[in-house]
Amino acid sequence: MSSAINPVILFFASIFTSNILLSNFLGTCSFISISKDWKSSFGLGMAVTFVLTITAAISWLVLTYVVIPLDIEYLSFIIFIIVVAAVVQILEMIIDRASPALYMSLGIFLPLITVNCAILGAILFMQIRQYNFIQTVFFATGSGIGWWLAILLLAAIRERIEKNPVPAGLKGAGITMITIGFMAMAFIGFSGMIAVQ
Amino acid sequence: MKNSPALANLKENIWTNNPIFVQILGICSTLAVTNSMRNTFIMTFGVMMTTALSSFTLSAIKQLIPRKVRMIVQVLVISFYVIIIDIILRAWLPEVSRQLGPYVGLIITNCIIMGRAEAYAQANKPLASFWDGLTSGLGYMLVLMTLAVVRELLGFGSLFDFRILPAGFVSWTIMIMAPSAFFLVAILMWLAKTIQSKPARKEKT
Repeated sequence: MSSAINPVILFFASIFTSNILLSNFLGTCSFISISKDWKSSFGLGMAVTFVLTITAAISWLVLTYVVIPLDIEYLSFIIFIIVVAAVVQILEMIIDRASPALYMSLGIFLPLITVNCAILGAILFMQIRQYNFIQTVFFATGSGIGWWLAILLLAAIRERIEKNPVPAGLKGAGITMITIGFMAMAFIGFSGMIAVQ
Repeated sequence: MKNSPALANLKENIWTNNPIFVQILGICSTLAVTNSMRNTFIMTFGVMMTTALSSFTLSAIKQLIPRKVRMIVQVLVISFYVIIIDIILRAWLPEVSRQLGPYVGLIITNCIIMGRAEAYAQANKPLASFWDGLTSGLGYMLVLMTLAVVRELLGFGSLFDFRILPAGFVSWTIMIMAPSAFFLVAILMWLAKTIQSKPARKEKT
């Protein structure tokens, strides 16, 4: 069923129609706390996209060549979370060595990513929908970019909201949730374009 | 531990320090299933048990874990319990398990569990931590169940899959879709914050 989906379509679908944040609610926690300012949103979005693509690809390899042959699928949650944690750790070290400038902008976000639901969520979707390797890479990159896009949009909107009067009880998280709701509604508008589940 | 501290902890975790209203934690993994009360109940029950049991375990073994690898041990303990829940669901409620899909596994990254393990279990006795995890989970469950009641009633016209509203009721499609969850969380937060800030205002004047 899923092998018929063109990876390119999957890529755009995961950015727009089934945006990992706005339609699947994944990664909302860090989304709300970080989106206060544009710069960190940009950094975190970039880090998520980067880590998501790499971990999804590695998880696919581990799933196909280790987990399934050994018939230990009941352990897959633990294996995935270890892959995510390990990749984040290794990336942190590599970036630190290779490019201190990038480390300065990306480094502080990396530890946050291990517990970002978007990463594990995309990996679990990949497992359940039985994507092949190419589809996994496109899906993961698309999901990451979708998340990045959503957090940038929200950060921009929040900078405007700061200057407007908001009912006391809605300040902070409340109004942010409403904003996300409107964004999700806007993204539903895309669903007529590509229908991939 | 039986009387007042436990009760105070219960009140704090359900109301004054509710994981969702006040700490804004752990909404990611569960919001997606709140358009059905049955799925929400099972999912939040899973979160509650995982929080309680992993707080208990982590509090019991806290002396044995070196500080440096604390995070990874916490994640492993949590995944261990989540796997158990996943297997139980698959065996007894295969239909629900299929609907919940990846969201059961996502309990692992639910920030509430790690938050409680880090903030409470680290410094308290196992039983107290168990209670703390249980009540945090309960506070979480109450909010999401409220959400699910509204969404399922207006979106499908039913509660726990029983048809409540007459057949002529035009269901609100938006309630089944993602945006409504965000709006409802915001409304609940608004209500809770307004009520919570009232006594404080009185004291000031």
